[in-house]
Amino acid sequence: MVSKWLIKENSYYDSVTLMIITKEIEERDDAENAVVVMGTDLNKDLLKNVGLLNDEIKNTTANDLIIAVKMKDESKFEEILAKVEELLNKKKTDGGEDYTPPTLDSAIKYMPDSNMVVISLPGAYAAIEAKKALENDKHVMLFSDNVTIEQEKELKELAVSKGLLMMGPDCGTAMINQVPLCFCNKVQKGNIGVVGASGTGTQEIMVQIDRLGGGCSQAIGTGGRDLRSEIGGLMMTLGIKALANDDNTEVIVLVSKPPALEIAEKVLQTLKECGKKAVVDFIGGDDELIKKYGFIAASSLEDAAYKAVALAKGQEVQEAPMFSESEDKLNKLAAKEREKLGKDQKYLRGLYSGGTLCDETLKLFTKEFGGIYSNIPLTPEYKLEDNKKSYKHTALDLGDDEFTVGRPHPMIDSYMRQQMIIKEAEDKEMAVLLMDVVLGYGSNEDPAGSLADHIKLAKKKFTDRGQYLSVVAYVCGTKSDPQNYDEQVKKLEDAGVVLLPSNAQAIRFAIKVIRG
Amino acid sequence: MKVNELFKEELKVINMGLRSFADDVKSQDVPVLHVDWRPVAGGNKKLSSLLSKLKSK
Repeated sequence: MVSKWLIKENSYYDSVTLMIITKEIEERDDAENAVVVMGTDLNKDLLKNVGLLNDEIKNTTANDLIIAVKMKDESKFEEILAKVEELLNKKKTDGGEDYTPPTLDSAIKYMPDSNMVVISLPGAYAAIEAKKALENDKHVMLFSDNVTIEQEKELKELAVSKGLLMMGPDCGTAMINQVPLCFCNKVQKGNIGVVGASGTGTQEIMVQIDRLGGGCSQAIGTGGRDLRSEIGGLMMTLGIKALANDDNTEVIVLVSKPPALEIAEKVLQTLKECGKKAVVDFIGGDDELIKKYGFIAASSLEDAAYKAVALAKGQEVQEAPMFSESEDKLNKLAAKEREKLGKDQKYLRGLYSGGTLCDETLKLFTKEFGGIYSNIPLTPEYKLEDNKKSYKHTALDLGDDEFTVGRPHPMIDSYMRQQMIIKEAEDKEMAVLLMDVVLGYGSNEDPAGSLADHIKLAKKKFTDRGQYLSVVAYVCGTKSDPQNYDEQVKKLEDAGVVLLPSNAQAIRFAIKVIRG
Repeated sequence: MKVNELFKEELKVINMGLRSFADDVKSQDVPVLHVDWRPVAGGNKKLSSLLSKLKSK
C-alpha cells in the first residue's frame, strides 16, 4: 500500500462539497482510503488516524486543500487527481458565473439593500461573521454549530437591541417571506406563524399545516439552545413579538423541547401579552402550564398543526385523529404485515435523519408501548452501549454528532442510513424498520431513490431466511417541494414500504404491527 | 421592530458557507449573493485575531 498526496495552496472549498468528493473517491476500486479536506487542525487529526499525515501536510493551513490517498497502485494517483479536479470544477460551475465577493464587507457594499445573511461557515469563524452582519443591521440565520453559548448570548443580545433576527446557532430551518432557507419545505402561504427551536419539528408542523389546507406566514428558527436558561429564550420572545405585530399572522405555533420552567413561563407570558391565538408544543413537556396561560397544548407535531389549522379557519379545536384513514382499514393492513413475520421477529428499529422526528418517536413509543433504546434516549437506562448496535426496540438519530463526523448530514447524504439498513437486516429479531424521508430545500435531491435499493436488499435478506421485513416510513414533504413528492412516494411504495401521512401515524402503525 | 420591516420587504440574501444554500435561494428567483469566503490569515488563529484587532481600531 502506498500513500500519495497533493496540496493545493489557497484553494478553499466548503466541507460538504469535500465530504461528497471524498466519498466518491473512496468508492473507487483503486483507492483504499481517500481524504479530501482543508488543512484544519481537526482534519489533520483525521489524517493522522488513517495514517495519511506527514510533515508536509502538517504545515498546511485551513486555506490549503489536501488530497491524500492510500492505494495499491500508485500509477492510478494521476487519474484520481483528475477525478477530484473534475468534481471540484463541477461544484464551482454549478452555481453559475455570478459575482462572488471575497468578504462579507464587500458583499454588503455590492448589495447594500440585502437584509438576510445566511451563515454556514465553520463554527470558529461563524460567530465573527454573524456579529459583523448584525452590526451592519442585517438579519442573520446561523446554520453553523460549534458556536459557544457565551457567543450565542452576545449575538442574540445585540440582535434584540436592534430588533433583528438572530436565528441560531445550529438553526436548520426557517421560512422568511415565503422563502425556505437551509432545510425547509415549500408550503402554502397562510396566516399561521411558527417559532421553532427544533428544525425537523418545524418542518413537520409546516408540512402538516400545508396538507390540512392551511398555510404559513413566517417560520422563525431560534436554534436548539435558545430556551436554555443561559439564553433565556431571547429569540423565541423576539419571534413571538414580531409575529404579534405582523398583520398576516393570526395564529402562532411554538415548538421546542421542554424548556426550563422559568423560561417556559417567560415565553408563555410574552405569548399572552401579544394577544393572538396560539398552539404550543413543548414536545413531551408540561401541558398543564400551557393551559394555565390559556393556550392550546399539542400531543404531537401533527396535532400542533391540526389545532393551528382549526384556529386559523375559525373552527372548533379538537385532537388530531390517531389516523387519517379509518382505523379498521389500518388494523387490517397491520395484521397483514404481522402475519408475514416469523415467530422470532419482535423488535422495532427506527433509522431517522430528523432529530426531532426521532425524539417524537421515542416519546410516542414509550407512552403507547414501552421503553425504547436510542443514541438520544429519553432516560439514561435506555442509552445504547454501542450506538451502532441496536438492542431490542431501538430508534436512532443518524443526524447526531457521532454519525456525522466527516460526513454530510443524513438528510443530504444517505450513505450512513444505507449502511445501517443493511446492518439491521442481519438481525433476525427485527420485525419493523421505521424511517423518515425528509424532502424540501437543503435535503438530498432523491432521498427515496437513494434508499429504495437498500430497502429491497434488506427485505430480500429476510425472504432468503424464510422471514419477512415490514418497512414503514413517512415522507415529510409537500407537493411544492423540489424533489417531486409523488415520485418519491412511488419509489418507496415500489420497494414495498408502507407509507403513513405523518411521523406520529407512522410510529402508531409500527406499534400495531409489532403488538398485533 | 426591524423584523417587521423585513416581513414587508423583498428578501435579499447574502450566503456564506455551503454553496448549495445559495443555489436553493437562487432557484426560487430570490436575489442572493454568495460570498467566496476563505479563512482570514489562512486559518492562523493568532494572526487572524491580531488582524481583527487592527481592523477594529
